[in-house]
Amino acid sequence: MFAIGDRVRARVMNPPGHTRLPAYLRGRPGRIDFVLGTLPFPDARAAGVASAAQTAYTVRFATADVWGADGDPRGSICADLFESYLEARE
Amino acid sequence: MSHVHETSADSSNRVKSLVAALEAAHVLTERELDAAVESFLVHAQPANGARIVARAWLDEAFRARLLADGNAAAAELGIDLAHWAPVKLRVVANVPGHHNLIVCTLCSCYPLALLGPSPAWYKSEAYRSRAVRDPHGVLAEFGTKLGDDVEITVWDSTAEVRYLVLPARPAGTDGASEAQLAALVTRNGLIGTALV
Repeated sequence: MFAIGDRVRARVMNPPGHTRLPAYLRGRPGRIDFVLGTLPFPDARAAGVASAAQTAYTVRFATADVWGADGDPRGSICADLFESYLEARE
Repeated sequence: MSHVHETSADSSNRVKSLVAALEAAHVLTERELDAAVESFLVHAQPANGARIVARAWLDEAFRARLLADGNAAAAELGIDLAHWAPVKLRVVANVPGHHNLIVCTLCSCYPLALLGPSPAWYKSEAYRSRAVRDPHGVLAEFGTKLGDDVEITVWDSTAEVRYLVLPARPAGTDGASEAQLAALVTRNGLIGTALV
């Protein structure tokens, strides 16, 4: 479980089935912006587990950490990501 | 993840085939399908979003409740978001120096209940891929030029959460009624591609 302000990183993963972790965020550092509670977990639902659910978080990424110098230099991107998409970082 | 992008003609053909197969199997009739789609869309009106925003401009306490729990605040105005799908509504407020923009990079998630069906550009690959990288540039192409000093947060709707932008109340609207304020609210203002 993560809390608001926690430093996290989106995992680098390429599962063979469905996932809603956008490729452009994999491996990027961010911080927990909001705890959304338990939401339907699409990766397992797509595999036939109709009731699958998992804690989800809004994670805020600095745009520069995602796109480097080619992105908006000051802004940020928030995405709604599931617990299993995330790992803690120092 | 496949990198072969389906065209709308491909999707349309697939939907036709699926409907034909379901009819052949007596799972549903075309009439039942039409009724379900109509029920889905009949209450999904842009006026819902406009009412919420106008109320938030007039009532500070409602604004605070709206930002804290979008579903509960919408329910106060008789808008039951669960009519469409069990989604969580989060409303994000534009304040001086900070702007919000909504996108769904993975598909086309959209606050349908509050804005009606989404415009074609919202579903385009160009908008979905560029909004997260160059929001200032995308906004400028919509005719919305924000200063370089304005920070933009782009909300990528990747789970069962729908976002709505609460625009800043336009200047010179002191004394306006809730209905007059609601009439000023635009769809693009609630997506974040325009100011109100």
